Amino acid sequence: MSAYDGLPGEWELVVGLEVHVELATATKLFSASPNRFGDEPNTNIDPVTLGLPGALPVLNEFAVELAMRIGLALNCTVQPSTFHRKNYFYPDMPKAYQVSQYDQPLNVGGHLDLPNGVRVGIERAHMEEDAGKSTHVGGTGGRVHGANHSLIDLNRAGVPLVEIVSRPDIRSADDARAYVNELRAILVAIGASDAKMEEGSMRVDANVSVHKPGTPLGTRCEIKNVNSVRSVGRAIEYEARRQIDLIESGDAVRQQTRHWDETDGRTHTLRTKEDADDYRYFLEPDLVPLAPSAEWVQRVRAGLPMLPAARRTRLSQATGQPADSEAVCSVVERGQDEYVLAVGTVGGDIGRALVHVKEAFADQPATPHVPAADLAALTTLEVGGKLTATQAKAVLAEIVANNGGDAAALAAAKGFEALDTSSLESLVDEAIAAEPDAWQKFCNGDGKAMGALVGLVMKASRGKADGKLVTALLNQKKG
Amino acid sequence: MSDRISAADVTKVARLARLDLAPDEIERMTAQLDGMLEHFADVDALDLADVAPMTQPFPLVNVFRADVVQPGLDREEVLAAAPAAEEGRFRVPPILGGEG
Amino acid sequence: MSASKPTAATNTPTAAAIAAAVRAGTTKAADLVEQHLATIAAREPEIHAFNHVMADQARAAAAAVDAQASKGHDPGPLAGVTVALKDNMCTRGIPTTCSSKILDGWKPPYDATVVQALQQAGAIIVGKTNLDEFAMGSSTENSAFGPTRNPHDTSRVPGGSSGGSAAAVAAGFSQFSLGSDTGGSIRQPAALCGVVGVKPTYGYVSRYGLVAFASSLDQIGPFTNTVEDAALVLDVIGGHDPHDSTSIPQAHPSLTQAIQQDVKGLRIGRITDLPEGADPDVQERLEAAFDALKAAGATIVDVQVPAFTFGLTAYYLIAPAEASSNLARYDGVRYGLRVEAADTDAMYGATRAAGFGDEVKRRIMLGTYALSAGYYDAYYGKALKVRRLIHDDFERAYQQADVLLTPTSPTVAFKFGAKGDNPFSMYLCDTYTIPTNLAGHPGMSVPFGTGAEGLPVGVQILAGTLQEPTMFRVAAALERSMS
Ligand SMILES: [Mg+2]
Ligand SMILES: [Zn+2]
Repeated sequence: MSAYDGLPGEWELVVGLEVHVELATATKLFSASPNRFGDEPNTNIDPVTLGLPGALPVLNEFAVELAMRIGLALNCTVQPSTFHRKNYFYPDMPKAYQVSQYDQPLNVGGHLDLPNGVRVGIERAHMEEDAGKSTHVGGTGGRVHGANHSLIDLNRAGVPLVEIVSRPDIRSADDARAYVNELRAILVAIGASDAKMEEGSMRVDANVSVHKPGTPLGTRCEIKNVNSVRSVGRAIEYEARRQIDLIESGDAVRQQTRHWDETDGRTHTLRTKEDADDYRYFLEPDLVPLAPSAEWVQRVRAGLPMLPAARRTRLSQATGQPADSEAVCSVVERGQDEYVLAVGTVGGDIGRALVHVKEAFADQPATPHVPAADLAALTTLEVGGKLTATQAKAVLAEIVANNGGDAAALAAAKGFEALDTSSLESLVDEAIAAEPDAWQKFCNGDGKAMGALVGLVMKASRGKADGKLVTALLNQKKG
Repeated sequence: MSDRISAADVTKVARLARLDLAPDEIERMTAQLDGMLEHFADVDALDLADVAPMTQPFPLVNVFRADVVQPGLDREEVLAAAPAAEEGRFRVPPILGGEG
Repeated sequence: MSASKPTAATNTPTAAAIAAAVRAGTTKAADLVEQHLATIAAREPEIHAFNHVMADQARAAAAAVDAQASKGHDPGPLAGVTVALKDNMCTRGIPTTCSSKILDGWKPPYDATVVQALQQAGAIIVGKTNLDEFAMGSSTENSAFGPTRNPHDTSRVPGGSSGGSAAAVAAGFSQFSLGSDTGGSIRQPAALCGVVGVKPTYGYVSRYGLVAFASSLDQIGPFTNTVEDAALVLDVIGGHDPHDSTSIPQAHPSLTQAIQQDVKGLRIGRITDLPEGADPDVQERLEAAFDALKAAGATIVDVQVPAFTFGLTAYYLIAPAEASSNLARYDGVRYGLRVEAADTDAMYGATRAAGFGDEVKRRIMLGTYALSAGYYDAYYGKALKVRRLIHDDFERAYQQADVLLTPTSPTVAFKFGAKGDNPFSMYLCDTYTIPTNLAGHPGMSVPFGTGAEGLPVGVQILAGTLQEPTMFRVAAALERSMS
């Protein structure tokens, strides 16, 4: 949760996100050089990457397939597409034009549902090539301004990108963050990208404006260089307040591209619309149109795995926990939901399994090292009243540390023994006798009164009582 | 002169094309470009409303390459041909303005 | 001055005959190369066909071909046949300049696909030929390294932009040469130099490694002494290349075989609404060509190509628009010329101003303007529609005629500086060649006698998409009629 609690007064935030993701191909979009992060500078180069005279692009078929996966996972329509040249000079753009799908993007008109039920429209998801990387030498902090000179590495130039453009449907910084998280989960699930913001394989630009509901949309600013999910929220909050302050003090928001500075927590002017380039788009004559056949689209669609939202619904239905609960979301995000379901299949308690996996398996892979049967055995002891929640946690810690283990044996070795039902029942009776007022209130349906009774039992048992069993006994006695 | 292009247009275009042109070159270029564009009057007289633009001389679609790495170029050979290089990278003067 | 023969050197052996002798070991490629190097040494100072003569490489390649032949290995269908390459085709480790200061001294780290194809076929590259800078021009006067002179009359231009390649064949510097044709840059110099020049269907020959001028128009093709040589060369360099997305995937029928057929029953089209402007001597040779084909059994039919006349105007927006983008990569960062400056933008502006010549700058400016915000629809967009009209008009004409016959150039070779300061008067040189490039169709120029002052005249044969076999049959018939 953020410290952000909405905008002052009547203001409404309007956000659209443009997310660039690098595709998980072996080679670049238009040439056979490796698409690989972290190599020595300028080692993944060829005539096309360098924009050498005479070099020509040839489209990577697998990149198209991954782009279609993204489109289909975002409920887009896949349509025939063409590539254009976007002409501008920049030293990390070797040909002085970027090849990008312009007026006929591959994927159009989809949506993404956030875990909280908010639906964000997807305008388009188009393919384009990445630029190289500039390193600024001299000046302060590697920034472009004030540098002595710059150094260009073209390893990233030509890496396939899909740019996912949302509709301006996002109304809060929290939803923006949720959108980025959900999108990342989808991209990873479908194998389209590793979607690492810290390595730049997923990059977010935010179009931010503010207005009062019922009035026209405000002038928007595009925020670039947002390098983490946390920054997405911070940058949007900062920018919204900046715009509101401007308007409330009688100034106007100017359409600008702004740069998010993580160190000072502000956005800074990069350039204003007036001096924006004239990109002189025209159809790339070195490429031919792209028109995926219906069969190809169908094959890609059929090959998509179950997406995070469906997996959350499935886990929610199996466990009884809400689909947007933290436990369901984080377990699905880690891909451990199949595992939780497997614990249920081998006879374990799926509700307890969800809680344990969520809390104790954060460092475990999607398929955890602990055999599902071992976790199942633990949950069985727990719900059978043989272990309290606290004891179960301690046993599980050992099981996780050893990549598995016999829960019953470990519990015995630790000297854990749960109270048997008859001694627990007598403690409950004693508590009722000690607090007749609380008992009466509880019987009249006052939930708070239950806490006092359970507390007494726990105290009398010195923590050995199972809270769930106590609650069950109280309810049973209420009749 | 057909006044299809002005010296101000030419100045703007020269900046877009990153071509430093001296004032006398701008003047000469304006006259020459205007002279060339003048011939476009013939085309302007045509009714092209129902004509689809032709963008491809030979109709091909879906031309692909398999996603397989092929040997690339040698960095030292490439950097040796560059005007300036440093630390395995192309060296350029400081960059003004933002990225596209 | 005008001492040499006005028509193609028909007494030289054909490429096929040379290759057969080299393959059989009865002629040494090494000797052929020495003969050509001697001819170059004698006349190149006067002609300036080359930017770069590759004497050492040619000798080494010839030795390798001879070694193969003596070991009983087949060195290929062009074994020992010498070739000159227009200096806009990438040759690994060999300077490739496009006759521009901006690429002076640049050595590509890779070979163009046509270069690989020629080498595999046993051809011997003797040098890189001069051109109008980045192939922009019709006289080779726009070269940053000085003009090429017409071997038939050194006070006259060889045509352009592939003037060096045309002159190299006409002067006997190589058996054949390659040029590139974006708006007539092979056919027009072929006509002015009295040799055969072919612009194939767009996509027939790979463009990979050809330095781009206008990507949707550029095609590589041969200059040869004979139609048969042109057929053989195209059979070698034509075909699919997976490195060029616009390369036609199907295999091409043999042109060497196609020229065995005569022209009986073929319909030769006369364009009745062709733009006027051809000189009377040129027009007279065209009429003679119609007569010759009629005598050979073809019929002459009248056709109309109304949009032909708009070709020049459309071309001079489309080609510069593409060029403005293709030439943006010459920015002083990765290769070629750099003029140092305080920041990258200043470096770009200074480098490009110093590196490009006037004609290149003019076209970059025109193309940038035609694509810029607010003008795209008015210029570039309209030009693309005119392109469609031209294409469709041609297609209709090819329903009625198998090929069309026109002058190649409105005039014979003109004197240096004759076109003066008005760029458009130079552009008129390509009136008859340009529409074919816009349509994507093939066209070729065949020498057909002489005009004013005994200078060569070419006749242009145009055909529909992939109709090279028919086009070559007609070319061969015209050639036969001259002997
Ligand atoms: Mg964008
Ligand atoms: Zn983008």
